[in-house]
Amino acid sequence: MEAVVFYVGAVICLLGAAGVILSESPVHSALSLVGTLFGVAVLFVAQDAEFLAAVQVIVYAGAIVVLFLFVIMLLGVDSTDDITVEPLKGQRVLAAISGLTVAGVLLFVVAIKGKVTGQHATAARDTPGVPNVEELGRLLFTRYLWAFEITSVLLIIAVVGAVSLARHRKDALVDHDLPHDDLPDLAVAAEEPAS
Amino acid sequence: MILANDPLLAGHVGLVVVLIVVVKALITLGITLIATMLMIWFERKIISDLQNRIGPNRAGPFGILQTLADGLKVLLKEDLIPERSDRLVFRIAPILTMVPAFITFGLIPLGGDFSKGHGGAVKIFGHHTFLQLADPGAGVLVILAMSSIAVYGVMLAGWSSGSKYPLLGSVRASAQMVSYEAALGLSVLTVVLASGGLTTHGIVAAQHTWHWNLWITGLVPFVIFSLAATAELNRPPFDLVEAEQELVGSFQTEYSGFRFAIFYLAEFLNCVTMGAIIVTLFLGGPNGPVPIGPGWIWGFAWFLLKLVAVLYAFVWTRAAVPRVRYDQLMDLGWKILIPSALGWLLLLIAMRIGSDRNWPWFATIGISAVIAAACYGLLSLAQKAAHRNRALEGAID
Repeated sequence: MEAVVFYVGAVICLLGAAGVILSESPVHSALSLVGTLFGVAVLFVAQDAEFLAAVQVIVYAGAIVVLFLFVIMLLGVDSTDDITVEPLKGQRVLAAISGLTVAGVLLFVVAIKGKVTGQHATAARDTPGVPNVEELGRLLFTRYLWAFEITSVLLIIAVVGAVSLARHRKDALVDHDLPHDDLPDLAVAAEEPAS
Repeated sequence: MILANDPLLAGHVGLVVVLIVVVKALITLGITLIATMLMIWFERKIISDLQNRIGPNRAGPFGILQTLADGLKVLLKEDLIPERSDRLVFRIAPILTMVPAFITFGLIPLGGDFSKGHGGAVKIFGHHTFLQLADPGAGVLVILAMSSIAVYGVMLAGWSSGSKYPLLGSVRASAQMVSYEAALGLSVLTVVLASGGLTTHGIVAAQHTWHWNLWITGLVPFVIFSLAATAELNRPPFDLVEAEQELVGSFQTEYSGFRFAIFYLAEFLNCVTMGAIIVTLFLGGPNGPVPIGPGWIWGFAWFLLKLVAVLYAFVWTRAAVPRVRYDQLMDLGWKILIPSALGWLLLLIAMRIGSDRNWPWFATIGISAVIAAACYGLLSLAQKAAHRNRALEGAID
């Protein structure tokens, strides 16, 4: 039973991942990413990590990819963009190398070393019947309190930084350098939710 | 796994159990569809009463079959797909607006006897089961997840139409729905705190015999949740997403025929589902007195009664309150609802800890009030300073 769930989830993940890199339109890529995230959520459920699955959907599919889509829509990126030009020199080669390295290491650990135990990966006690939210909450507020608090401080710093970077000066409100897009109104409409 | 809190699936899962689950799924689907149909009729009828009109009165008694007639008409209409649209996404988007509402409805306890420690389970064919399709351990988190997924339908419909007004509408929608999700989640947290669990069944069971979360959490989360839910549903007074005067029909502008009908249905389906969530979280779900006969029938009756009351309130709001401006919407969400939901949650936590430690309750409330006032002062100072800086920079008038 668990194997069936795993294969279904894995196929969803892989199809989504392939969709992310193979789609021509950035919106299709973002939607494929949502597919991958759902596949991972299914795998979490199969591992009895219901809380993690729900949070995965809430945070990644419900907030982060929505923001991706928001930006893609506002910037009006479409498939006519020339993708043969490389904005950062050499990043494709580096990306290929690092991706292959990660895949190789994973394969080495899983297949060649033979260290797969088949046990559920847990830091908390995996007690049947006790909701894993309870165990996670207990751990977060006792053993991993510092990690938890430092992460939240990090997030606040990121938010403050983003806000201060995104603020408009008076002269920046009208951009003289760029020719206006065909949807100039959107740039104005976008400021409301961002501020 | 995901259904495991139901006593039905605790033991050996045989053919009968599978059949019971399938039948429950079909019944839930049927209830949602019929409820949506009736909700459309209900809203049109009530709103015409409130506006001194007659409303639908031709098809069937009291015009109750009007939705069926409309559905039939719309099926026969031409289904246009605009030239500049993204055809795949354009087709998927209407379905994406319906799916989260269906899934959410599966988590709602629709009936069952929760009085005097009955636990809400009923016996069907020798198996004990809850009168809800699924009771996952993550419970309300799944509901929140589905409500955060619901934005995709609207957003993608607007984008894939390939024209300006729908795009503007979908940008508004995504900003609005993401903003109000925070207030929604924070007010749900108070319910989780009061009920001591995440599962919908557990939340309803904790509200037995008038221990409704409505007053246990002190009314404020209920008000915040209702406001945020109205905004999540894009219903008036927060229906800026489809403000007809500004955006034509917003994300639905380019849709016609049956795809348009799906959006229309989804709107009311989401409305029914959100009403059911409010009943479950705050109004005790199927809880209520059982004067005579089997308790689970009364569970259904109480649930239905409460649901109709909540839905009537939705319709009433729509008839009574004018639409807010966009900046008012964002101010309400970010500057009022989120801070007050957060403050109230902290207050409830303080009172819970206080009662555990035997602190005098007035001291807890007093100190909390002082801290809250100080926080409010700091917040408004920061807002004033930010406003002054922006004015100095000339970014605003």
